[in-house]
Amino acid sequence: MSDLMQYVWDRALDSHVPLSVHFDLTYRCNERCVHCYLDHDDHGEMTTPEVTDVLDQLAAAGTLFLTFSGGEILLRKDLFELVAYARALQFDVKLKTNGILIGAREAARIRELGVRQLQISIYSHRPEVHDAITKVPGSLARSLAAIRFLSAQGVRVMIANVLMRQNASDYPGVRALATELGVDCTIDPTITPKMDGDTSIVALRLPAPQLLRVFTDRSLVGDDFMTAPSMEIDRETLDGRPCSAGHTFCYISPYGDVYPCVQFPLPSGNLRQQRFERIWFESPQLGDVRSIRVRDLPTCSSCGHVSTCTRCPGLAYMEGNMRGPSSADCEKSLLRTGAAAAGVHPGRGTGSS
Amino acid sequence: MTDIFVARSDRLAARKVAGEVVILSADDSSLYVLNGVGSAVWEAADGRTPLSAIVDDIICRAYNVDRESAWRDVEEFVAGLVSYGVLRTSPEAMSIDLPDHRPSVDI
Repeated sequence: MSDLMQYVWDRALDSHVPLSVHFDLTYRCNERCVHCYLDHDDHGEMTTPEVTDVLDQLAAAGTLFLTFSGGEILLRKDLFELVAYARALQFDVKLKTNGILIGAREAARIRELGVRQLQISIYSHRPEVHDAITKVPGSLARSLAAIRFLSAQGVRVMIANVLMRQNASDYPGVRALATELGVDCTIDPTITPKMDGDTSIVALRLPAPQLLRVFTDRSLVGDDFMTAPSMEIDRETLDGRPCSAGHTFCYISPYGDVYPCVQFPLPSGNLRQQRFERIWFESPQLGDVRSIRVRDLPTCSSCGHVSTCTRCPGLAYMEGNMRGPSSADCEKSLLRTGAAAAGVHPGRGTGSS
Repeated sequence: MTDIFVARSDRLAARKVAGEVVILSADDSSLYVLNGVGSAVWEAADGRTPLSAIVDDIICRAYNVDRESAWRDVEEFVAGLVSYGVLRTSPEAMSIDLPDHRPSVDI
């Protein structure tokens, strides 16, 4: 992050501005990915006027960064109308999609609307692996076609490569594919429990030896791997906030539910019952999240990894305590450094290996 | 001193955050943060208000500066943002696709 962007985030944090919002427009999807945490039935999505009213409220609250996601957003027939409305309100718009429904015409419209980036999920460069994860034959070919249509329009595309057991060894192939296509690629080994609390898909997480391979792959992490953490815990770290969730960031579901983050399903209010500003400033749940400083975390505040850990408070919440450790991140800290983390110790995994 | 009209580009995202306008280019992700004077010029750049009116009615009044200095500084500022594609200018009034900048809540 540039110094100037950091300055903007710091200003937003100091002023309690919800600078970034992840807005799922639908949970419906035309893929059935094995690791997906969503229920794809439509339980009453917000209508077009409801969504545009929420966008008005977000603009007034100071939100700049807006991500439309799902589900598959192109299943909403009003998607381009909503993007046009958001752009007229001068949001910085990103879209997350599988790209299956993006052809030349859609790509041109996306370019015209001034969308800054599209993120498209690609699980493998091998059709048999990608299509087995999405459960849609031909889906890799269609997603790649979408990327080509978008690139031809000059739209910036980011490939999102989520790693799990099924595609653990394929990320070099996906990265090579991204290079060939001239687009960016991000790799993420995070598999979260389902929104309803079902943890069965957590079993798809990369086993420890494969995760270790990722963390020690110089082509991904440069020379920073296996860096032992400083066991000294400074005051600045302890005074810090665990992450931006609920501070400068929040998540809105297709049904108007507001959460601190897409990975932090703590119900904090509903936009069909309350105005956004009231939820943002007065929700007891968001207030509770905001009150937490690293020093308040009973286990993590004394862990040697605390200053470098990627601890996700949402994952900790889903494990039962948003002030507790997130065991998946404890394991990542252990694997990255070889040093024991407070929530997991060498030789004793967290169940994902 | 030739008067001109100034308009915001429609390929940008922008929001007022804690009193400063933050601008992000949709095309190349360039980021700009405007100070108070710059933010005032940006908000007034609706394509219909002449630059002279922006200087006289907004900048000179709000910041208690003499017209000559204000005009020189604002001209330089506008020329800079035009070179980055953030603003555009014309000798005639312009329409912009985006709605007028809404009064932001200065949180």
